[in-house]
Amino acid sequence: MKKLFLLLTLVSMPVFASSGAHLDEVDIDMSDTASLQRGAGLFVNYCLSCHSAAFMRYNRMAADLQIPEDVVEDNMMFTADRIGGLMKTTMPAKDAKKWFGKTPPDLSLIARSRGPEWIYTYMRSFYLDDNSPSGWNNVLFEKVAMPHVMYSLQGARHAVFKKDEHGREVFDHYEMVKPGSLNEEEFDAAARDLTNFMVYLAEPAQMVRYKLGVYVLIFLAIFFVFAYLLKKEYWKDVH
Amino acid sequence: MEKLMSWIDDRFPLTQVWEEHMAKYYAPKNFNFWYFFGSLAILMLVMQIITGIFLTMHYKPDAELAFTSVEYIMRDVPWGWLMRYMHAIGASMFFIVIYLHMFRAMIYGSYRAPRELIWIFGMVIFIALMAESFMGYLLPWGNMSFWGAQVIISLFGAIPYVGDGLVEWLRGDYVISDATLNRFFAFHVAAVPLVLVILVFLHIVALHKVGSNNPDGIEIKKNKGADGIPLDGIPFHPYYTVKDIVGVIVFLMVFSAIVFFAPELGGWFLEADNFTPADPLSTPSHIVPLWYFTPYYSILRAVTWEWLPGGAKLWGVIAMFASLIVLFFLPWLDRSPVKSIRYRGGIFKVALTIFILAFLGLGWLGTQPAEGLNLLLAQIGMFLYFGFFLLMPIYTSLDSTKPVPERLT
Repeated sequence: MKKLFLLLTLVSMPVFASSGAHLDEVDIDMSDTASLQRGAGLFVNYCLSCHSAAFMRYNRMAADLQIPEDVVEDNMMFTADRIGGLMKTTMPAKDAKKWFGKTPPDLSLIARSRGPEWIYTYMRSFYLDDNSPSGWNNVLFEKVAMPHVMYSLQGARHAVFKKDEHGREVFDHYEMVKPGSLNEEEFDAAARDLTNFMVYLAEPAQMVRYKLGVYVLIFLAIFFVFAYLLKKEYWKDVH
Repeated sequence: MEKLMSWIDDRFPLTQVWEEHMAKYYAPKNFNFWYFFGSLAILMLVMQIITGIFLTMHYKPDAELAFTSVEYIMRDVPWGWLMRYMHAIGASMFFIVIYLHMFRAMIYGSYRAPRELIWIFGMVIFIALMAESFMGYLLPWGNMSFWGAQVIISLFGAIPYVGDGLVEWLRGDYVISDATLNRFFAFHVAAVPLVLVILVFLHIVALHKVGSNNPDGIEIKKNKGADGIPLDGIPFHPYYTVKDIVGVIVFLMVFSAIVFFAPELGGWFLEADNFTPADPLSTPSHIVPLWYFTPYYSILRAVTWEWLPGGAKLWGVIAMFASLIVLFFLPWLDRSPVKSIRYRGGIFKVALTIFILAFLGLGWLGTQPAEGLNLLLAQIGMFLYFGFFLLMPIYTSLDSTKPVPERLT
């Protein structure tokens, strides 16, 4: 048991050891409601068919992102019957494992465990690879089981590798094979919207946290003035 | 009102307790910045208990449900996110306060006679607090919770003969599991807090028996007026209550800034790997304890000399525990005729500076992989850490001192 445990541990390690790659900066802005709304649209259309976001409720998203509930019900709820329902996936976990070799992870907290820069870079790093079961590979996450779900937007690309000074294959640049419906700039903006939404998804409390924090600090600052004057008054005869 | 008070006083020493511990407890009048951290530690204890009670109402100590229930608190429980952040960040802030409180004791010699027991009670509080936070950290059942507990509990396996059995007994299973989570929950919410509250009570009883030290390290009780009140003393209430309120507000501003604007504090207060549910099959790329444990974790890993009898791991564990136990002996290791750093000579000041740098250095190294230069630095840091204590009887007796004034300055 112990040995098996250790073995499994070692086998699963390289998955996490793949950090250290270059990550692109992304502008995260919780007050950019339009971007969050566009991101939510992309998320329910492209992510939610395989992945779940099982800690999130549709009506919470509707309220936070100022999307009317009937719009959500008619256009965004592919996986639940009720507006208060959770963003689960319709794909059975067992089938998903059979199809992809791995159950697609829940995405509720992925922006907190991976970081927004990782998601933004990852979504823009897919390329065609005939050696991969899905036909796709990813420069940031090598041999990832996930196919490029947004290829109709970005288009299909080949990755060109070169040899570095140690003779290792390193990524050099992409070559567009079949353009998608968006140009590079538009696709980057879409990836940013999606990332922005996923940062929201990871912590919906952000929508109130920042605003409330300002009031709390203002209150404490005013309280400080009175407390300081009170202290000074009491202490004026201590020498 | 007066009648009610005398009715109570006939049955319970309310007025007497109030006067002895607040209104007629005479504290030195020259407390400075460093003296805020005692009252702040009490604030943190109360805050942790209150936020903890609210979290307990919604948290599920069950390996299947724990992670989900924390996210439920973060999303669906009204103000749950605030309680959770205050509690999780509160743990780190509690340690910051405690470390500064201990540093105060070290620079002004607050551990010296007749305050040895205050120091020892304080040290037991510190150890209990480490146990409390270690067990609390398992409860969110994130992947770092799981692997952190796995690493720390497995340390007991280094003990010869009984090690493996002991580890199994602590976990209640062959691996960190539901059984471990449940017992940690019981200790975290009931057993250890109870012990902490009792210890804090004893810490304050001992303090009020001998009276507070001060930045000059002079006993104010030596100079009393005709009325028997220390000439340099002022009643704790109202003087220090109104002063501590100012300290509390400034502290709360820092605390709120973190809670509302940077709850993860770049991974120092909430680790990214802990937003993934516990997974026995995937180890985080490097397992890092929370920052307040890293100096001791560094010492644990710094012992790599396999030729030691029993192996390096055993001696690493011994060194780690020794680094905490040595603190208990501080009152007897210090041989200087003066208490406060204000009247000590250069040797102590240099030694203390080296110690603080070693402590912070070890803390930083504890977050890095222990190899190459880092390992060497951690080993040097460890020797400096222990050197500060073990050589203290020598350098404090050799050190020059300045004359101590009769009255507070």
